[in-house]
Amino acid sequence: MGADNEELKIEEMHLDDAARVKQLSPGMMVAKRFFRNRLAILGMVIIVCMFLFSFLGGALIPYSQSQVFYTTEEMLKDYAGATAIDQFLFVTAPGETLPKDILSKTIIADSTGKYEFTARAGGDYRLEPIGESVYIIYFKEKTGPKPKDITEREIGVGALMSFTPARSGQELSYEFRKGALTAISNEEESMEADGISYTLNAAGNHGALVYDAEGNEYAFVSDMSINPVSGSYLSPAFKLDLIEMIENGQETLTVSEEDGTETTYILQNKNGQYLVRRNQETQIIDTYAFPSKEHIFGTDGNGMDLLARLMYGGRISLLIGFVVIAIEVVIGTIIGGIAGFFGGKVDNLLMRLVDVIYCIPSLPLFLILGSIMDYYQAPPTARIYLLCVVMAVIGWVGIARIVRGQILSLREQEFMIATEATGISVHRRIFRHLVPNVIPQLIVFASMGLGDVILTEATLSFLGLGIKYPAASWGSIINAVNDVNVMTNYLFVWLPAGMFILLTVLAFNFIGDGLRDAFDPKMKR
Amino acid sequence: MKKFILKRLLISVVLLFFVSLIIYTIMRCMPTSYVENQARALATRPGAKSYQEWVAQLNAQYGLDVGVLRGYFRWVARAVRLDFGDSWFWNQPILDKFKDVIWYSFALGLASFILENVIAIPLGIAAARKQYSFTDYTVTVVALIGISLPSFFFATILKYIFSIKLGWFDLSGTVSRMHQSMTPFQQYLDIGKHMILPVITVTVVSIGGMMRYVRTNMLEVLNSDYIRTARAKGLPESRVINHHAFRNTLIPIVTLLGGSLPALFSGAMITEQLFQIPGIGYTSYVSIMQGDIPFVMFYMVFLAVLTLLGNLIADILYAAVDPRVRVG
Repeated sequence: MGADNEELKIEEMHLDDAARVKQLSPGMMVAKRFFRNRLAILGMVIIVCMFLFSFLGGALIPYSQSQVFYTTEEMLKDYAGATAIDQFLFVTAPGETLPKDILSKTIIADSTGKYEFTARAGGDYRLEPIGESVYIIYFKEKTGPKPKDITEREIGVGALMSFTPARSGQELSYEFRKGALTAISNEEESMEADGISYTLNAAGNHGALVYDAEGNEYAFVSDMSINPVSGSYLSPAFKLDLIEMIENGQETLTVSEEDGTETTYILQNKNGQYLVRRNQETQIIDTYAFPSKEHIFGTDGNGMDLLARLMYGGRISLLIGFVVIAIEVVIGTIIGGIAGFFGGKVDNLLMRLVDVIYCIPSLPLFLILGSIMDYYQAPPTARIYLLCVVMAVIGWVGIARIVRGQILSLREQEFMIATEATGISVHRRIFRHLVPNVIPQLIVFASMGLGDVILTEATLSFLGLGIKYPAASWGSIINAVNDVNVMTNYLFVWLPAGMFILLTVLAFNFIGDGLRDAFDPKMKR
Repeated sequence: MKKFILKRLLISVVLLFFVSLIIYTIMRCMPTSYVENQARALATRPGAKSYQEWVAQLNAQYGLDVGVLRGYFRWVARAVRLDFGDSWFWNQPILDKFKDVIWYSFALGLASFILENVIAIPLGIAAARKQYSFTDYTVTVVALIGISLPSFFFATILKYIFSIKLGWFDLSGTVSRMHQSMTPFQQYLDIGKHMILPVITVTVVSIGGMMRYVRTNMLEVLNSDYIRTARAKGLPESRVINHHAFRNTLIPIVTLLGGSLPALFSGAMITEQLFQIPGIGYTSYVSIMQGDIPFVMFYMVFLAVLTLLGNLIADILYAAVDPRVRVG
């Protein structure tokens, strides 16, 4: 019977039939009005994009927010230093001793050319030059009373040359040293000592690399003291090249390395101090790198990827916004609801509390808390939590005022009288019948408040008192502009973060505005 | 009316009592080690008082050696005589420092207040007159952008364009390098020139709220019955808008403007800090960073007083301007 009726109805429907017109529920009406608002849709799209960017992007990007990137750079670095040896170095023959003032006497002898001297402690000595500033020292021993009764005994050699054994811990004998000095002075290519024959690869008479009979490097002799700058090892062959370079007045030296690459060394002479520099690959932190394939937004002052930091910073900004607003809505609805419903003294008291909290200046308060947390070096996560709580505890008063005002007017309406007449409990009347009617205003206020909270958090982080390094926040990324150099030359560091803040807050405001219009059809005329 | 004002005044005083009590309690809740450490650090600055003197003064001023309530009354007893003690960081009586810096903030606040209203009120009215027109959308979007702009970001952009790229203004400060050798008139111009960017920043950041407020109220007025009547009896549109509608919109606008007058003294902390303008906002920012508790305490109470004063003025104006509001 009923089915028949329905069929009949459909058949008989006319164009102006009321049943033909689709009836929308109030919620659907609001949604329809909302989706007709282009700005609100734009806001929704931006917010969805921001969420995808921050949460999904943060999960997809291979970098983490605090990963430091390095780059290599060719830098001219000090490699080795060389100084001419200006002190005579002596070698004592086995079983002999040199007089204590041998050094000063040798210097005098070297400059005056008078090779015979008497030591202060007594005893006559003679120097025999075998090359430029290379001397053999003889002791004149008296064998009889007559002045002629003297025999000379060789007790050592002195030269402006130093010996470096090719293998560490290896002892070089006196005879070897003397032989080497003689050979270098005479520019000979080979020598013999202790019954072994050596070959010399000499660099003029300034130094030589001595090979033993098997052709292995045995010792290095030079009139230069050559030291590596940063603890690396200098091969005797390199030292020999260096001495030749200095002697020939060359300024650059190209050496083929074992792996086939060529390294160029540059020699600088600073008043007899020689400095060898070379181009070296050095690893440095990649700060303020311009946008590239690896770092789409470049890197910041700590060499961290800006794209990753923008994503993680977005998470924190959005999260703080929602957490703070959630707390504010809970506190504000409860207090505003109670005040509005009961009215009278309760209302008066609670609203004065709201007034008092409204008067507390929030920014200075946040700043003080921030600097106290700085003092105690609070961990970054603790800062975030505390920041949320404090912002919510200060910020709920706006919501309480709205809820109270709304409830005050709703309270007088007929449906509330009906709830009272049917004996519904107070708790149910407030939270089932009154609060749902306040929700439109709450949603509008919350979506606009979200923008405010994000703005406040960004401001605090910008001042360096909100989210702290290494955790990222959009505000703290812009903080870099406090360095004028960054502001001038590295636009890519601070501009995206600022645009992100602006876009997000703007989007929340667009949504709030659209919701306000959608909930309030009276304004649409 | 007198009774109304008196009642509001009394409520404000009671509120101020509680607000300052809360601020005092927050200050008392600061970890002692922090307070002592700051006092000690500041005592090492050249020309500063010794640590013992600071502690003695703290106890005398804030009653740190007695309980919260007794200490609070000790502070109030001095504060009502406008004795706020000496600043730790600035090394002079707080009120002296306040008098030195407040006029920078006031000048900045007043200039941007005038500019803001001169731009926002006509635009808000224009938007409301042609609701859902291109003008309306533009005004709405501009207003929302103004609300959403972080002041530090906008100031940075201004600095980047006008100071760095164009070189028209100095990056920060209130005087240029040649300030001393200028005639007094040139000096005024010089300071004024340095205030341009900060004024623009404050104006743009705060203009959105005013625009929307004017637009909403104008819309409400335009939708009311007496406007329909005015139109029905054949008045020209200009007279309807300028005579009937605008005058009625003035009621909420005047209330809001009156209420925001005290805020002209509150200083723009972020903007002043970014442009290094030595106003009350910048001074307080430095004080907070340096842990100068006496000054911070003074500034917070000062801001609370300004807020209360603003509410009071708004309430009284609302009752005075609109004859429909019955004073009870």
